[in-house]
Amino acid sequence: MSERAAAAAPTPNVTRTDPMQPAPWRVVRTEPETHDAFKLTLAPVEAGPPFTFEAGQFNMLFAPGVGEAALSMSGCSGTVDRVVHTIRAAGRVTKTLRTLKRGDVLGLRGPFGKPWPVGLAEGRDVLLVAGGIGLAPLRPALCHMLEHRERFGRVNLLYGARSPQDILFAKEIETWRGRFDVSVEVTVDRAGADWHGRVGVVTTLVPRAQFDPANTVAFICGPEIMMHFTQRELERHGVPDESVWVSMERNMKCGVGFCGHCQFGPLFVCKDGPVFRYDRVAPLLGIREV
Amino acid sequence: MQQRPAAATRQSTIERKDLHRLFEVLRARGYTVMGPVARDGAIVWDELSTPDELPAGWTDEQEAGRYRLVRSDGPALFDWTVGPASPKASLHPAAVTLLNARREGPALRLLECVPQPTRLAFFGLRACELAAIAVQDRVLLGGTPTDPVYRARREGALLIAVQCGRAGRTCFCASMGTGPEVRSGHDLVLTELLEDGRHLFVAEAASERGGEILAELPATDTTAAESGAVQAAVARATAGMGRTLETEGLPALLARNPEHPHWDVTAARCLACGNCTSVCPTCFCVTTEDFTDLAAGLSRRVRRWDSCFSVDFTYIHGGNVRSSSRSRYRQWLTHKLGSWHEQFGSSGCVGCGRCITWCPAGIDITEEARALRQDQRGKEGSRGNA
Ligand SMILES: Cc1cc2nc3c(=O)[nH]c(=O)nc-3n(C[C@H](O)[C@H](O)[C@H](O)COP(=O)(O)OP(=O)(O)OC[C@H]3O[C@@H](n4cnc5c(N)ncnc54)[C@H](O)[C@@H]3O)c2cc1C
Ligand code: SF4
Ligand code: SF4
Ligand code: FES
Repeated sequence: MSERAAAAAPTPNVTRTDPMQPAPWRVVRTEPETHDAFKLTLAPVEAGPPFTFEAGQFNMLFAPGVGEAALSMSGCSGTVDRVVHTIRAAGRVTKTLRTLKRGDVLGLRGPFGKPWPVGLAEGRDVLLVAGGIGLAPLRPALCHMLEHRERFGRVNLLYGARSPQDILFAKEIETWRGRFDVSVEVTVDRAGADWHGRVGVVTTLVPRAQFDPANTVAFICGPEIMMHFTQRELERHGVPDESVWVSMERNMKCGVGFCGHCQFGPLFVCKDGPVFRYDRVAPLLGIREV
Repeated sequence: MQQRPAAATRQSTIERKDLHRLFEVLRARGYTVMGPVARDGAIVWDELSTPDELPAGWTDEQEAGRYRLVRSDGPALFDWTVGPASPKASLHPAAVTLLNARREGPALRLLECVPQPTRLAFFGLRACELAAIAVQDRVLLGGTPTDPVYRARREGALLIAVQCGRAGRTCFCASMGTGPEVRSGHDLVLTELLEDGRHLFVAEAASERGGEILAELPATDTTAAESGAVQAAVARATAGMGRTLETEGLPALLARNPEHPHWDVTAARCLACGNCTSVCPTCFCVTTEDFTDLAAGLSRRVRRWDSCFSVDFTYIHGGNVRSSSRSRYRQWLTHKLGSWHEQFGSSGCVGCGRCITWCPAGIDITEEARALRQDQRGKEGSRGNA
């Protein structure tokens, strides 16, 4: 099939009405978080409308010449002049992002996606269940709840990491643990003798949480299998599907519903999600290779 | 018959020898004319300068996995059904540069490639192609945000349709409610008539723009006999429809049957080559690719067509969600005929038959849908757990 080269003149453009056009953001801080995860703090290079996001939304970060990756904001939500991402160096793009230094500039598009419905959690007990890097997208939800603590019932964070070396936000977890208004439980899949905490999958933490199953909202983020087993455990404890929300992960090339990559049955994970009420995705989660 | 400027709302008749006037009028209005040509054994779309480049004297034979362009003796310009190419390549280009990036020390300049508005006049669109454009309109312009690349090309486009006088062996637009008669979405529609040694086009405008263009052409009032011949042409195409597809309840049926045994039968035949997605006029999936010229500190970001059959289409941490060809074929068919309805309010298939003709394995979407109706679970009412 013949195809004429698409003629287009490159012009600097600061208006960026095109959702596929990244804006330049500068690295103001980069810190290692674990042996393979790091935290990037970014500030916009150009003046523009303020950046506002809700807990659970994500950006597409662009390493020129390499590619883009979907990355959730891990800083506190709202209108911000700094954006924080906590990133596991998994492959080409994320490993490139890890090499960035203070002052380096990258591209950013976003925010995209549907957030955690934190408003629905008001007046109810809360279970935040995270597996691995899944704690990053949940952190803004916890941050919001701690900022508006009086609006929520009992707040529980249940976190499972692969090993003690993989625990994200370790210092902050200690701070949260020191508070009386949030319960934090951490477990690891495997550990050496120097680990005095719990060993086992994250579902084993559910019985340790304090919640009224009939008046609870659960937000789960982690590998699909972990979210599936967590929901089963919650169901066993009497939490209905309609009170459970999960954040899905799929390959994403655009973030706005144009590239088709993130389709999950009829759903576009990028624009209909990534956060879904469990009963919406449950039928699809049961099918292999959807 | 006396010459007069054609009225916008009525049929008028143009002689084949005056068709070049249409091209001149279009060019005078700043349009680039895109139309069908016979090249390398197929009908493809290209830029045209005169109607003499149209595929006169060609017809085609199509079957599952088979396409043949054959000489016919007549002067007819449109005695063929759709080829592998569609206007998709002009409106939703196969490759487009999104941006260039330049490193200047620690600074980074992101140079957006702003899509330039184009004025394309598509001459010779069939009903299914108009329907496919309407589908892509819903996908790329129907929500927020919209796709600026598509918008820049689509907004200035003029759509001139041609009625099908015969249907192909792989056509099933009648089943999909998209044809064969051109009913909506066009600016102007022509029907080619070869009667009593005359070569005519009966034209009808469907938009103000279309009416204005028609008014500039040498035309005569369409006679009752000519109007009758137009009806007969459409009726002939309807009667000659090569295939049928039963759409009733299909989205629900597909959603209920992700484990239907027939998916394995098709998977054994499908080569996962992606031909079906590249010829399909509604497939919209794209990917992005990045290129670097390290020495110059330059990089380029390109958007290009992708296919749900591509190996890494669903890659996430160490594996592909849809690694088997069974799951990829299932995604393609259930998206086209099923989940598209929920996403965009219509079927993703317009019944053009391209995927049937151009599948090297001869896999036929209408046969697949029929097979999936057999031995399906949860026939009516209760939706299974899938
Ligand atoms: C909504 C969403 C939020 C996310 N939030 C975070 C986060 O906060 N922190 C974090 O560390 N990771 C997050 N991820 C995962 C992150 O997007 C992938 O780790 C990243 O895309 C890997 O890209 P890469 O080029 O480094 O890896 P490679 O393995 O080289 O990836 C090649 C390509 O595959 C795709 N891909 C690979 N892995 C994933 C994946 N897990 N998810 C989606 N696409 C993938 C990408 O298109 C990538 O360009 C998130 C994913 C999604 C969908
Ligand atoms: S699915 Fe096949 S028949 Fe339907 S529009 Fe696409 S190419 Fe044409
Ligand atoms: S259905 Fe046919 S054309 Fe489509 S990927 Fe399979 S073999 Fe290729
Ligand atoms: S990421 Fe492109 S459609 Fe969802």
